[in-house]
Amino acid sequence: MKLMNKILRYEIHNTIRNKWVIIYAFFFFFVGYALFAFSGDVNKAYISLMNIVLIIIPIVSLIFGSIYLYNSREFVEMMLSQPIDRKSLFLGIYFGTTIPLSLSWAAGIFIPYLLFAKNYQQFDGLIMLIIIGTALSFVFTAIAFLISIRQDDKAKGLGFSLMIWLLLAVIYDGLILLVVYFFEDYPLEKVMIGLSITNPIDLARIIFLIKFNISALMGYTGAVFQNFFGSMLGIFISIFFLLIWIVVPIFLSTKSFSKKDF
Amino acid sequence: MWIKIFKRTLLTIIISSLCFTSNLFSNEIIVSEKSPIKSINHAIQIAEAGDKIFIKSGYYAEGNIIVDKQITIIGTDDPVIDGKDDGEIFTVTADNVQISGLVIKNSGTSYLKENAGIRLEEVSNCRISNNKFVNNFFAIYLAKSSSCEISNNYIVGVKKRESNSGNGIHLWYCRDVSINNNTILNHRDGIYFEFVRNGRIRNNYSEGNLRYGLHFMFSDSCEYRENTFENNGAGVAVMYTKNVLMEKNYFRHNWGTASYGILLKDISDSKISFNQFEENTVGIFIEGCSRILVQKNDFRKNGWAIKLMANSMGNIFNENNFIANSFDVSTNSKQNFNTFEKNYWSSYSGYDLNKDGYGDVPFRPVTMFSMIVEKQPTSLILLNGLFIKLLDVAESIIPALTPEALTDSKPRMRMINEKSDF
Repeated sequence: MKLMNKILRYEIHNTIRNKWVIIYAFFFFFVGYALFAFSGDVNKAYISLMNIVLIIIPIVSLIFGSIYLYNSREFVEMMLSQPIDRKSLFLGIYFGTTIPLSLSWAAGIFIPYLLFAKNYQQFDGLIMLIIIGTALSFVFTAIAFLISIRQDDKAKGLGFSLMIWLLLAVIYDGLILLVVYFFEDYPLEKVMIGLSITNPIDLARIIFLIKFNISALMGYTGAVFQNFFGSMLGIFISIFFLLIWIVVPIFLSTKSFSKKDF
Repeated sequence: MWIKIFKRTLLTIIISSLCFTSNLFSNEIIVSEKSPIKSINHAIQIAEAGDKIFIKSGYYAEGNIIVDKQITIIGTDDPVIDGKDDGEIFTVTADNVQISGLVIKNSGTSYLKENAGIRLEEVSNCRISNNKFVNNFFAIYLAKSSSCEISNNYIVGVKKRESNSGNGIHLWYCRDVSINNNTILNHRDGIYFEFVRNGRIRNNYSEGNLRYGLHFMFSDSCEYRENTFENNGAGVAVMYTKNVLMEKNYFRHNWGTASYGILLKDISDSKISFNQFEENTVGIFIEGCSRILVQKNDFRKNGWAIKLMANSMGNIFNENNFIANSFDVSTNSKQNFNTFEKNYWSSYSGYDLNKDGYGDVPFRPVTMFSMIVEKQPTSLILLNGLFIKLLDVAESIIPALTPEALTDSKPRMRMINEKSDF
């Protein structure tokens, strides 16, 4: 534990000075500035930000995560020549990457909100946006680490990361649409809840849609979704699935990392 | 306190002096707890046509009050007329009656009778103004009446359920009625018209009603101007009617699974212009309508700005602003017999080489996703997803599913500004 903290502290120092992390923070800062300062309505700014968060955060976390782990291979090998616990080292690196990454984008949105949002209304929306974005960062960095531990070839690893992103961000929705078309004669509401809860990007998107009451557009389905995600049970299940998306890849990659012959 | 007493003495002086001078034409009867005439029913009994009855501040619970003479009833300092949740309060059966300045409370909820705060039954030239209606089943009810005016009333109900809540202003078989400057809250339908001709509804405010802010059926040649309809369960419904004019109204936040800014069903030869639709689930829902001109309206942040069913023909949508709606136009067919021209669409991304203010590339307001949603409402959970955006882009380049004829061939490059362009 002590060792992990030490590595974590070192990694955070290291990552936060990474120029891409700084650029990432500035990107969100400028987007946030443009949206909060120029759109009169904070809710509208949140919806636009959410669209950006849902696309950018998964792909940046995936690419940054896998490149970072590939690049710190020499550091890892050097560390492993010492008699230290592999698990602590790995978790240290994981949290040392994810925490600065989340902090940088969260600060990038939070500062323009403080500076430019009028009347600080709808603070809960901002908190929700940040929680969802942070959860997505944790999920996709975990997946990226899993890929780069299992795949030594850098090009292949990056390819995999991109594939995963494409699958979850784009193709998955296409599959849902197919399901809707093929099984149109059946009541699909529960299936839809199941399908959308298993994809972290869709889950995040739907939680947000429901928060901003866009579910009113969906008629019956919307009402079913509202009931589910508005209830305590729904919230617990959503959190549970997001946690699974974080814990499972970390567990698998820690296992591979412990056994891997560097 | 002193001011009130001063007001009272002044009023009595004025009234008594008036009594002396105008004795020849009409009597004035004062109803108050202190005057010899303590009940409104008694006052009406002794009154003759043309008389004025002044009701002083106080509490009157007299059950049903039947006004069967051509008189004027005026409340001073908000007298409260309480129906005690039992039956009707005022029933007017004479022409030329005027009622103003009263606070009318608690007409009884009934499943058999439509008990109203004030009912006008087969009369003409009546005037109901400056009253306050609180917790009535129906507030104002006009049946088979004509040339009446309802103005400056404040009507507030208690939201219950649709089945045991009545309408704010209810008209049945009426002609030439004008309804101005009223505020109607928390009833079933704010304003309800059935078989009305030549109604003029102006500058009313209808909010938080359980069903429709305004609901009218079989009502020809009516005009609606400068009204605000906000947060009503289902917005405004207009059905089976011709020659309707709706101008400068504001439809706001009628937001819910079955809410509409306006729901139009079987309407023809009507005009909807200069209205604002903001944050409604559906701005205008159009079914079975023909020859409607929708012109110079603003549609902002609605779920659907316009839902146009394929059984509508010959409608014209001209010079409207469509800004930040989730869907601008949706329809349920590949055919289209309506015209869209010279509108501003915030999602238009074309160019204007010859600088005439109109884009050179036609705009297709119906997106692929809106067609999918029309067929499969469940797929709406994919809203805002990347896949859907890609689909829409692909479809806008090569239309396969969306109606090819539904295009705006002259989309405006800039928003139509109300002040300079209208």
